[in-house]
Amino acid sequence: MSNELIPNENQVVPQHEPRTTDINPKAEKRAEQQVAILFGLSALGSVLLVYSYVFVAKDVFIFIPVMGNQNAQQLGIGIGMAMSLFFIGMAAIHWAKTLMSDTEVVNHRHEFRSSDQDREEFVNTVKQGVAGVQLGRRKLIKRSLGAAIGLFALPPVLLLRDLGPLPKKQLETTNWKPGTRLVTDPGNRPILASDLEVGAVVQVLPAVANSQERPLSDIAKDPVLLIRLRPQDFQLTPKKLAMTHDGIIAFSKICSHMGCAVALYEQQTKHLLCPCHQSTFDVPRGAKVIFGPAARPLPQLDITVDAEGYLIARAAFSEPVGPSFWERNSQ
Amino acid sequence: MTPVEKTIGTVANYVDERTGAAGWVKKSLNKVFPDHWSFMLGEVCMYSFIILLLSGTFLTFWFDPSQRDVIYEGVYAPLKGLKMSAAYASTLDISFEVRGGLLMRQIHHWAANIFMAAIVAHLLRVFFTGAFRKPREFNWILGILLLTLGFVEGLFGYSLPDDLLSGTGLRITSAIIQAIPVVGTYISFFLFGGAFPGVGFIPRIFTLHVLLIPGAFLAVITIHVMLVWYQKHTQFPGVGRTEKNVVGHPILPVYMAKAGGFFFVVFGVIAFLSAVASINPIWLYGPYTPGQISAGSQPDWYMGWLDGLVRMAPPLETHAFGHTVSWNILIPALIVPGIVFTGMALYPFIESWITGDKREHHLLDRPRNVPNRTALGVMSVTFVMVALINGGNDIFATNFSLSINQIMWFSRIGIFVLPPLAFIITKRLCLSLQRADRDLLLHGTETGRLLRLPHGEFVEVHAPISAEKAFILTSHEQAPALEIEAVDARGVRRPGSIKNKIQRRLSKAHAVSVPKVTDQELKEIEHH
Repeated sequence: MSNELIPNENQVVPQHEPRTTDINPKAEKRAEQQVAILFGLSALGSVLLVYSYVFVAKDVFIFIPVMGNQNAQQLGIGIGMAMSLFFIGMAAIHWAKTLMSDTEVVNHRHEFRSSDQDREEFVNTVKQGVAGVQLGRRKLIKRSLGAAIGLFALPPVLLLRDLGPLPKKQLETTNWKPGTRLVTDPGNRPILASDLEVGAVVQVLPAVANSQERPLSDIAKDPVLLIRLRPQDFQLTPKKLAMTHDGIIAFSKICSHMGCAVALYEQQTKHLLCPCHQSTFDVPRGAKVIFGPAARPLPQLDITVDAEGYLIARAAFSEPVGPSFWERNSQ
Repeated sequence: MTPVEKTIGTVANYVDERTGAAGWVKKSLNKVFPDHWSFMLGEVCMYSFIILLLSGTFLTFWFDPSQRDVIYEGVYAPLKGLKMSAAYASTLDISFEVRGGLLMRQIHHWAANIFMAAIVAHLLRVFFTGAFRKPREFNWILGILLLTLGFVEGLFGYSLPDDLLSGTGLRITSAIIQAIPVVGTYISFFLFGGAFPGVGFIPRIFTLHVLLIPGAFLAVITIHVMLVWYQKHTQFPGVGRTEKNVVGHPILPVYMAKAGGFFFVVFGVIAFLSAVASINPIWLYGPYTPGQISAGSQPDWYMGWLDGLVRMAPPLETHAFGHTVSWNILIPALIVPGIVFTGMALYPFIESWITGDKREHHLLDRPRNVPNRTALGVMSVTFVMVALINGGNDIFATNFSLSINQIMWFSRIGIFVLPPLAFIITKRLCLSLQRADRDLLLHGTETGRLLRLPHGEFVEVHAPISAEKAFILTSHEQAPALEIEAVDARGVRRPGSIKNKIQRRLSKAHAVSVPKVTDQELKEIEHH
């Protein structure tokens, strides 16, 4: 199977071909000068870096074609550093390629397998060692060792327990309760139903006592999108239709797929699109998934108006918002 | 003896009398490294890792890995007075108030991208040339481990600034963790220190990002490189190169000068990129808040294929007994990557099982000479590319005026159809290239010289190829398929005959090749 054309053993390395720098003293001199120039360019780069760092003000911008306005200091430091590094490297490589000896040499390989004698001695040593431990005879030690090691594995896992609180019902609940006012985000103003025109979309949050101190974990589940359609556009079950108010429908803004904010609303098609994985929800049909990986519609919030005409939640969400999790009852 | 030589001599003597290092160092300095451009890919990995360590250390001097709320009072006017995390605010400060800080941030990010790209390129080189074969299987697995670590380290790294884009990435990360059956919700609450986004994740991944994972990297890289050193580098076939030798430049001076110089070149190129090409301009994204998002949210490129798989997944969930299992997350984000990485790690053993080849290999394969492996590699790359395209489907849709739904459907079908197609085409191409090699040997190269024969016919003169070239074209071996009998000598079915059948089938497919030119054939040609 081996190659028959040229004998495989005892081959010689092809004759070393001299470079121009090996035979022509002029070329050799020139290469030396080139290396020196490259090192010089590197030094120039370092000077540029120091100059930019010390003497260029932070807020000076210069216009560079193609790149546009650039911060002069950052650019000077960057170009200076790039030059100072790049040309050192180029000089070393050019030096190696043109002037240093380029004869190839041959090393021999050895098989990695140990000699049979070594292997046998190794096995004997291990056997002796294992026999010395007497694990086979000392049943009691063997069992207690097993128990100790088994229990020993527990503490490291247990010690990580305090990393965070237990989930409890945090994923199932939001701050929406019956009667909670819808307030704009940002702005924190309550909304009159008449403020919304047909086709409008507004992001709202539940009104809370201290809106400045809303924790991010609340903002991760509370946001709701209000969208106003013409009432005749809806294709909803009577139950879901009753959850709308005068053409205004409210959905959780947290994607039922992976929890991104479903922020893109197309007025023409009345579709909501999640920018993360392109799940598309059809608003007139109760945010039914019409495309993409999301498996469930966006939860709908039951809304109505209070005595003053401001929009409020009539009930809390009837299902958990956001991405799925093991304990979620989705039936 | 010059004074310099004398000083060096004294120091060397001092060290050697205490360590006996001279013998070992002498041997090491004579170490030979074969030359090929593709052997530099691994070097790029190592150098960009060193650059990451240096630039990363610089960044930690100013970065505040905390999710506590602060009001931004820095120089960047558009965000002045806004509430944000200390992590985000300190990233803004590094970008705008530390001289060279933005440059270092960009060097760190560019180096991370180049690190991952170089790992992938290096992996492909090792795969397609068969450098993973015995005795280098361990090093292949260490390489896969480094790639995996790179994914995690990269994800943690770009999540640290706590901007709107990276926060969205963490939202997705938490959803993936939550999707794990039974324990997912608990793991997510523990890692994040509460309900998403919690208070603990940024400081925790900071510790992992700057301490634990770099430590693991250093350890694995050290073993990886030491094994290369100890086992000696592979080489491409050529005259004078055998399985028993290694031909190249000694480490001193040529290799050291070239490799050392190359480090500075890599660093210089990354610094240049970072000086002129903006990357991850977090001040444009704003601080993270879960209620907002920017269109075109994209992970870094090496995560893109995973995101693409998640995007193309069908909307599948199982709802039963009061529990929810999200197949639309589990399959693309955990199960498929798990299969891909395990398959990659096990490939050297699978191939050796198929070929029955248990010998050491130090001469590299030309990819065309192992059509099955090459086709499998191209098939895998095609799989990842289809997923990657789908990971950027929104970007493609807006830039090329395409429909996002069409790209998604293209990917959903393409992920099943295109990889097998790529396999078939690549295998054909490899066999055609083998045929071309055969023609080249038998008929020589076209010289471009036309000859008019006495009777008026024109022919092109062919010249025989050089002995070196002929050697390269014929030095590979063409092992026959394994012969495994389904029944033993007495006609009794062997146990595990299904396994044998699979092995036989695969071995047959692996051994398909165009017979290479034999000595006899060449002699016959000469007689004509």
